[in-house]
Amino acid sequence: KIAAQPSRFSTDAKPNTLEEITNYNNFYEFGWDKTDPAANAGQLKIDPWSVQVDGLVDRPGTYDLADIMKDRPLEERIYRFRCVEAWSMVIPWIGFELAGLLNRFGVQPSAKYVAFQTLHRPEEMPGQRAGGINWPYVEGLRLDEAMNPLTIMATGLYGENLPKQNGAPLRLVVPWKYGFKSIKSIVKISLVAEQPPTTWQQLQPSEYGFFANVNPEVNHPRWSQATERTIGGGFFASRKETLKFNGYGDEVASLYSGLDLAKNY
Amino acid sequence: MIARLDTWLKRVPNWAVWLAGFLPLAWLVWLVVSNDLGVDPVKEIEHRLGKIALWFLIGGLVITPLRKFVGLNFLRYRRAIGLLAFIYVVLHLMAWAVFDMGLLLSQAANDLFRRPYLIFGISAFILLIPLAVTSNKASIRKLGANWRRLHWLVYPAVLLGVVHYLWQMKVIRTEGWIWLAVVILLLATRIKFPKSSR
Repeated sequence: KIAAQPSRFSTDAKPNTLEEITNYNNFYEFGWDKTDPAANAGQLKIDPWSVQVDGLVDRPGTYDLADIMKDRPLEERIYRFRCVEAWSMVIPWIGFELAGLLNRFGVQPSAKYVAFQTLHRPEEMPGQRAGGINWPYVEGLRLDEAMNPLTIMATGLYGENLPKQNGAPLRLVVPWKYGFKSIKSIVKISLVAEQPPTTWQQLQPSEYGFFANVNPEVNHPRWSQATERTIGGGFFASRKETLKFNGYGDEVASLYSGLDLAKNY
Repeated sequence: MIARLDTWLKRVPNWAVWLAGFLPLAWLVWLVVSNDLGVDPVKEIEHRLGKIALWFLIGGLVITPLRKFVGLNFLRYRRAIGLLAFIYVVLHLMAWAVFDMGLLLSQAANDLFRRPYLIFGISAFILLIPLAVTSNKASIRKLGANWRRLHWLVYPAVLLGVVHYLWQMKVIRTEGWIWLAVVILLLATRIKFPKSSR
């Protein structure tokens, strides 16, 4: 059991079961189906694990996972998780704030964005041997988004180490954005001046934007985002209204004042 | 060999085709009852019903080329196969409206008229309604040559259905392209080339 402090950012909502959280994953590195990651992620080697930190930082380098985790205060964050596919869960993550980690590297004033990259290891990730996506998976945040206290690096789930299908050993969690922003199994963090490319935006720019904030008012071109189906909600009436910023507006709405969220989706 | 198979096939009663046609549904019901559909049974039911509908729609299209090119005659089972396809389409649609949309009908309607892949799916369903309604001897007698003309609608319906299936995927998988290719191939066998004039 991982020792983790409770957090004021946790929701009171009842978390989904571990069974649900670990058997319903979009982690295309391990296959297209929601159950593929649970079936195929076992072969992934997560020890040793290191993260390359580069770009506009004072202390670039390759950091061992233990080094990354050193002195990071772990908290349990029970967050709502909203997928762009219009389903949602509640997940009890364990992790630490990304801001503290980035500060350790010495973010230079010219840095405006953070770019992340997932492991690229086709021999252990069968999905990467198939086409369709330009591997490795990449994601990014604006620096103020990355520094927001809600943004965490998760290393655990339900009091245990993060299961491989959920992005072990280290993943991003940005609860007010669609799930695909929360990049898994991170091996590289770059501080950059320009908005970095992101995998889904490259794939379908009309459907997936850089910001990807949960927003019931801005529809996906092929489906509505007004409501979501709660996984584990049973056969009837499992659909509920989607909240702007996934209900985290008090904490993050100010980040986007003056920004047209319909254009910057 | 083909001829013997053909003779043997003629002995298969129609009720057996109906029975076999409901096996996928029985299997799905069994999976629901035994709680074996995984974390998101709603999507699973919806997608499986749609896929089964596609099997039967394609099954219906296979009959003519099989007779023409292979010499196997399944014609007497075509009504059952077509109606089974229609039943699965209806079940698929009901799963969407009841379980997926939770009968939030205004949002369902809203979605319907803004999402091309839903329009494709619902159009396929609408095209199939008159075909299902006229799938009886009385209608064939009454409509005469128009019956054939009416039932030509199955071609656009299947095409719309398979495009609906591909279009809802976030990234189109190989399996999707294979189904589309099969449908296009089957439709291509219907193209009548004008006979050479000499």
